[in-house]
Amino acid sequence: MAENKDETVVEVNSDTKTISENESLKTEIESKENAAAQDRAKDGEDVLGNAGDADTVTEEPVKPKKKKKKKKELKKKKKLPPKVIVTENLGVRFRIQEQKVDNLKEYFVRLIKRKLNYKDFWALREVNLKIRKGDRVGILGLNGAGKSTLLKCIAGVLKPTEGTVTVKGNIVPLLELGAGFDKDYTGAENIYFYGSMLGYSRSFIKERFKDIVDFSELGNFINVPVKNYSSGMKARLGFSIATVVEPEILILDEVLSVGDAKFRKKSSKRLEKMMKKGVTVLFVSHSSDQVLANCNKAIILDHGRVIASGKAEKICAKYEEMLQ
Amino acid sequence: MKIFIQNLKKFRFLFWELVKKDIKLKYRSSILGVFWTLLEPLLTMIVLTLVFSNLLGKGDDNFPVYILCGRLLYGFFSNGTKVALKSVRKHGSMIGKVYVPKYMYPLSAVISNYIMFIISLLVLAGVMIFEKVKLTWYIFQAFIPMIIILIMTMGVGLVLSTYSVFFRDLEYLWTVACMLIMYTCAIFYKVENLKNPGNEWIFKCNPLYSLIVLFRDAVFGRSFENDMYHLWFSLIFSVVVFMLGVFVFWRKQDKFILYV
Repeated sequence: MAENKDETVVEVNSDTKTISENESLKTEIESKENAAAQDRAKDGEDVLGNAGDADTVTEEPVKPKKKKKKKKELKKKKKLPPKVIVTENLGVRFRIQEQKVDNLKEYFVRLIKRKLNYKDFWALREVNLKIRKGDRVGILGLNGAGKSTLLKCIAGVLKPTEGTVTVKGNIVPLLELGAGFDKDYTGAENIYFYGSMLGYSRSFIKERFKDIVDFSELGNFINVPVKNYSSGMKARLGFSIATVVEPEILILDEVLSVGDAKFRKKSSKRLEKMMKKGVTVLFVSHSSDQVLANCNKAIILDHGRVIASGKAEKICAKYEEMLQ
Repeated sequence: MKIFIQNLKKFRFLFWELVKKDIKLKYRSSILGVFWTLLEPLLTMIVLTLVFSNLLGKGDDNFPVYILCGRLLYGFFSNGTKVALKSVRKHGSMIGKVYVPKYMYPLSAVISNYIMFIISLLVLAGVMIFEKVKLTWYIFQAFIPMIIILIMTMGVGLVLSTYSVFFRDLEYLWTVACMLIMYTCAIFYKVENLKNPGNEWIFKCNPLYSLIVLFRDAVFGRSFENDMYHLWFSLIFSVVVFMLGVFVFWRKQDKFILYV
């Protein structure tokens, strides 16, 4: 049942896309990318000889005409959700020194010798994304493709070298859970500390303190310094704090494997609940299966460029093909 | 600017959490706890008095109180700047993950040291009573050097925390620099008693010495009249170094993430 529902949602999305293309709401680049992605997907299906999928592809050009009226009606009822994340021509350049100079002595020696050589390296280039409220976007790519850099830009911790990122709504990053903890602080103190780091007020955390402790299942361990925690306990506490409020944008960097099986179930339940409520999700993964299970849209990054974007199924198929 | 104020509002709780964390963790595993804040300057004062009171000629001022004034101000300055220097790198893992206004780290480090400095002033009060130093209304003048030293320490802390991200050895250089500053602060001797009067310009270049002079004036019940140079010099120096610190930090803060 749930799967069927998902599919319909995806279809609505993809069709609204074509409408918006007609209305030239989208930038040229993105639509080009979509077209390119579709072409590539088509090619891939031809190679694979998957008859069922090929059918849907050939049907597509006909479909929009039939459905256009329907969609317009739909659109009257329901406006397109607002864009929450927009990146325009985003680029990040890293200067890589051939030898890392991180002390004054080296720096001056090299300055005198005129040996301060840099190598430029673009971790991201010309990334144009428009993510609407409620989209669950999977970001696929090999190691070093620029996935984490993209997330860092969106989270606001890394300033892009060129281009702009506009984000509306509060972001909760779930990256390396528990990395912000102070190891000498007890779990309870860390709840306040980490919570304030995410921008929550003290009284706000106080209200939800019990919820956090209950969800993390730490019990009496909450009054033990975090340095004595196991990594699973740390991750559980981190997850509980970060998800105690429903954020508008959630960034997941391969953290769905938190804690033991029991907690994993609980945490994915909580995430699913959030997704149903229309939280925008950015989900980074190597595995297309996970993206398929959690996302309705996806992009593939390769060497810092978006090489494909669109519906999750198509992109995942393409990604699988890329890996071959 | 608008964003700056918005962020300040949103993250003011974080600021106090950081301050609290510094103070709490400093003495967590010690039995005496915060009392070390009081005990440490008291012990150094006793040692310095024992060693130097006979070596160097005594002046009009009570020697233990004289030492303690210099020692407390210098202690705050050196601890505050050293902690601020390390603060950005210490929180490096967070800088790469969650957006937080980065100036919070050095400034909260300075503030937490300032609070401990204020607590340690109790020792000064105790010693003043014990040594029967006469209290006058001039004691309220002490607020002026105390405010100036806070501005100065923040400014120097901001500069140091910025550059220590790029140059790791700054930490060791600063320790040496602090030593130089300490010996030119006249903590345990009197400038008037120096053998070579030609070297007095050294003390005119040290803003921390100026602040100590002002503080001692207040404690021993003298007005600032004779030390107007020290007042203006330290005030101007502090404001300039603070603005420099803000500027440097603001210019470089986006690069921190690439180096921490």
